[in-house]
Amino acid sequence: MTVFSLIIINKAGGLVYQREFQPGLRKLSTNDYLVLAGTFHGVHAITRSITPKLPLSTASTAATTPTSSNMPPTPGIPNSFTPGSAFTFPNPGTPATGLECLETDKFRLTCFQTLTGTKFLLFTDPIMGNIDVVMKKVYELYADYVMKNPFYQLEMPVRCEAFDRHLGGWLRGRT
Amino acid sequence: MAHPPRHSAMLSLSNSGSSANSDKQQPPQQIQHIANTGLRVPSNRKTIYDRHLNRSRNAEISRSSFAFLFGEMVTYAQRRVTGIQDLEKRLNEQGYPMGLRLLDLLYYRTITSSTSSSLASSSTSTAPPNRPLRILPLLHLIHGPLWRLLFNRPADALEHSVSPDTPNEYMITDNDPLVNAYVSVPKEMHMLNCAAFVAGIIEGVCDGCGFEAKVTAHNQPTELWPGRTIFLVRFGESVMEREKVLERAGIK
Repeated sequence: MTVFSLIIINKAGGLVYQREFQPGLRKLSTNDYLVLAGTFHGVHAITRSITPKLPLSTASTAATTPTSSNMPPTPGIPNSFTPGSAFTFPNPGTPATGLECLETDKFRLTCFQTLTGTKFLLFTDPIMGNIDVVMKKVYELYADYVMKNPFYQLEMPVRCEAFDRHLGGWLRGRT
Repeated sequence: MAHPPRHSAMLSLSNSGSSANSDKQQPPQQIQHIANTGLRVPSNRKTIYDRHLNRSRNAEISRSSFAFLFGEMVTYAQRRVTGIQDLEKRLNEQGYPMGLRLLDLLYYRTITSSTSSSLASSSTSTAPPNRPLRILPLLHLIHGPLWRLLFNRPADALEHSVSPDTPNEYMITDNDPLVNAYVSVPKEMHMLNCAAFVAGIIEGVCDGCGFEAKVTAHNQPTELWPGRTIFLVRFGESVMEREKVLERAGIK
């Protein structure tokens, strides 16, 4: 189980956090990391927008399944009972996630986007499983030690000593 | 029992509602209906007035909502400050009135919890806890009961200054202050400790007991406890003089 590094991208596509946990990947210059963050942000946005919407069949809307009734009314769908104009994402209720995973034979990049648009990018060993557990913990630590820190300014680079400490400690405890 | 007037009041309220005419035609049923569902008495016959005020003693608030609140307090105190000392002073001032009030609450809760079994009978037999007269009982009160009330555990250490020049200095140590749990102070402000707020609470408690004191919070990280904080309690001259008189008089 190897986690090489973590990158956090804010909702504008700026790099706010970059940290290497274990060696194994070649290092980039700071400028290249900024370019990587911006490029990934753009590609991610495109993959989100080209995710097709599936037309809602009249039968399923008439049946009003619990999933479709829980869906928030989107501007494109004035009334879910009008047939023909209704579309849904492949996974009803959640918007398209876009790019989630990139894989080479040396590493795997997993992306997780929060509801507020912050993206967490984890570089891990391709054979490693349970990345979502690591991702969830990283998100939890971010919510605790970055978002609850009165000295952190939103969308700015993360310089929170407690976040670094707990993140490092937790990952060390797992290996 | 004052049931009939309450029923009529409820009835007149419902009559003034939407369908007054149909209601007036069947008043007896309406009364029955309200009596069955409208007024609810707990099955053990104890209303909210019978319950102990102290019920919330073991109820705790959410840690993260406190963290967000405290974060906003720090952000608020940070506005228009001239420096770190000014910021700490403001946090201290936010805590001070809390300390004054907590003292009363602490006494109230110690009394009621010790006599809760004999609440109905006269509580002349159980002596209420005394207000501390000497420094050491006061510090024990802060170190133990106050810390338990605030943070649900006692403080980690209580020390007296070893230097002969400063016999009026005492130190209370907290290895991991709750207020600082999610706070990372930026490097350029490394002298700042947001537990100045807790120092203000301690100061309020000391002043409330009649011990004039100045309390400050200082970082003293160790490898195991990166957030270790020392609260330095400096008692005033008058307190030290009184302490000497009380010592000679043999009062504890």
